Amino acid sequence: MSLSQSTISALRKRLQAGEISAVDIVEDLAAAIAAKDGEIGAYLSLDLESARAMATAADLSLPLGGIPIAIKDNINVTGQPCTCGSRFLASGYTAPYDAAVTERLRAAGAVFLGRTNMDEFAMGSATENSALQTTRNPHDLSRIPGGSSGGSAAAVAANLAIAALGSDTGGSIRQPASHCGVVGLKPSYGRVSRYGLVAFASSLDQIGPMTKTVEDAAILLQAIAGNDFRDSTCLNVPTPDYSEELDKGVAGMRLGIPREYFGEGIDSAVRTQVNASIKRLESAGAEIVEISLPHTEHAVATYYIIAPAEASSNLSRFDGIRYGKRADSPADLADLYQRSREEGFGPEVKRRIILGTYVLSSGYYDAYYSRAQKVRTLIRRDFEDAFTKVDAILTPVAPAPARKIGEFADDPLHEYLSDICTLAPNLAGLCAISVPAGTVSSSEGTELPVGLQILAPHMAEATLLRVAKAAEITL
Amino acid sequence: MATEHINVSYVADLARLKLSEEEREVFQRQLDAILGHAESLAALDVTGIEPTSYPAPVYDVMREDEPRPSLPQEAVLANAPDKAQEQIRVPKVIAEA
Repeated sequence: MSLSQSTISALRKRLQAGEISAVDIVEDLAAAIAAKDGEIGAYLSLDLESARAMATAADLSLPLGGIPIAIKDNINVTGQPCTCGSRFLASGYTAPYDAAVTERLRAAGAVFLGRTNMDEFAMGSATENSALQTTRNPHDLSRIPGGSSGGSAAAVAANLAIAALGSDTGGSIRQPASHCGVVGLKPSYGRVSRYGLVAFASSLDQIGPMTKTVEDAAILLQAIAGNDFRDSTCLNVPTPDYSEELDKGVAGMRLGIPREYFGEGIDSAVRTQVNASIKRLESAGAEIVEISLPHTEHAVATYYIIAPAEASSNLSRFDGIRYGKRADSPADLADLYQRSREEGFGPEVKRRIILGTYVLSSGYYDAYYSRAQKVRTLIRRDFEDAFTKVDAILTPVAPAPARKIGEFADDPLHEYLSDICTLAPNLAGLCAISVPAGTVSSSEGTELPVGLQILAPHMAEATLLRVAKAAEITL
Repeated sequence: MATEHINVSYVADLARLKLSEEEREVFQRQLDAILGHAESLAALDVTGIEPTSYPAPVYDVMREDEPRPSLPQEAVLANAPDKAQEQIRVPKVIAEA
């Protein structure tokens, strides 16, 4: 097995034993990227010179000493571009500071390899909304990698990265992880600082790990979690040692199966794989309990009011004044704003800004935004009730395997409805993970990965990882 | 014809977006479909339900008011599309009298 195919935990042992050097890992990944990323398109930019220098200087005694990590292109790293997959920032922005997670990765000895493609400003589920590049699913190049963290998922799946960071506002870590057959963890709201993550929807966004194994997800989460005074929503609570409970198994645990997540819209082949995963966890000693999350059907409408509302506010900073795109020869200040935004943003971003502005506008605020916030409370209570009966919840991640590139390009509502399984955990602030649950065969004979989604209560990542590890080893 | 929920031109103007006519027509159709779906929320009884703004219980987080360095001026100006005299330059804001 080449170094690029390896995991954080395995490479850590070999680095510390002196069998390999951190530069060897960078060189092996550089060769893999040169050979394969032309067709996959996972990376928007690479900084291999800087990666070699970081690898040479890496303190191998640190938790991520010498381990290269790919970073989604909406997280600031000093001196690097941070395009958010948008023409707006691609036309003139170099990060002048480190995000909190970037600082933490540096402090843990990690090596920064490059920046991964994404849907523009993380708005999308296919990475097709990137204004800069197409990313293809490594398991079938005619298909999407999922999104919005599609570049990170594809990089890890194709062994072009050892591990990566993504961000998740309504499934943007878990759904591409599911489509690409890797592990993707969305931490609880408040577990990881959002300082230096370009904001999409501030009450929903979280940064999290995308890895080849559950153990690696635990290691990477350990490195990035923790309080930060620059993000007042990042909770001031101790970070548990996530390695402690990882191997305790599911014997005696109660795992809930919400009937609303297994309805008509779920592809039968996906359902078969997810049900098989559930059976294996039952065989490993878990008690399977049928539960109900009655407001699930309202998650899409609630999310697609709240997230665009917050986005319309957050994206008002992209005005053509301080950084990024500025339209040529503006007639006046209003013309500068309007044309910079018109020229800099792609259609999905404009659509969501308009939707968000509308639901916050005078006369519509109560009917849409205020009502959606109340329904959000009902969705949160569904989970609170469920977690009095069960330790964790099991569901599909996506209703179907990765679709073809270009399908449904003109039907955003269809795309939004396909997010049904991943939105509610963000609305409720839960931690959630996608772990591989097998594959289904496409009509062209390719094998498409399917993920199992596990949900655990707010701040219960230790429980989440324990169930995920059991699902991984029983696959 | 489907119900028109939203005046796209008016809202785009509020959001400082200048749309082409083609974009306006496409967004009108797509946003009407999305807002049509959102109408399902109107059927729910939310009387007496508190709104959720943040999913975690965070209120009035306080810290010591200690001075700390901000970004150096040159780091900030490096990203500005137009600058002069160590400031960001913008078109004239105040009209001639």
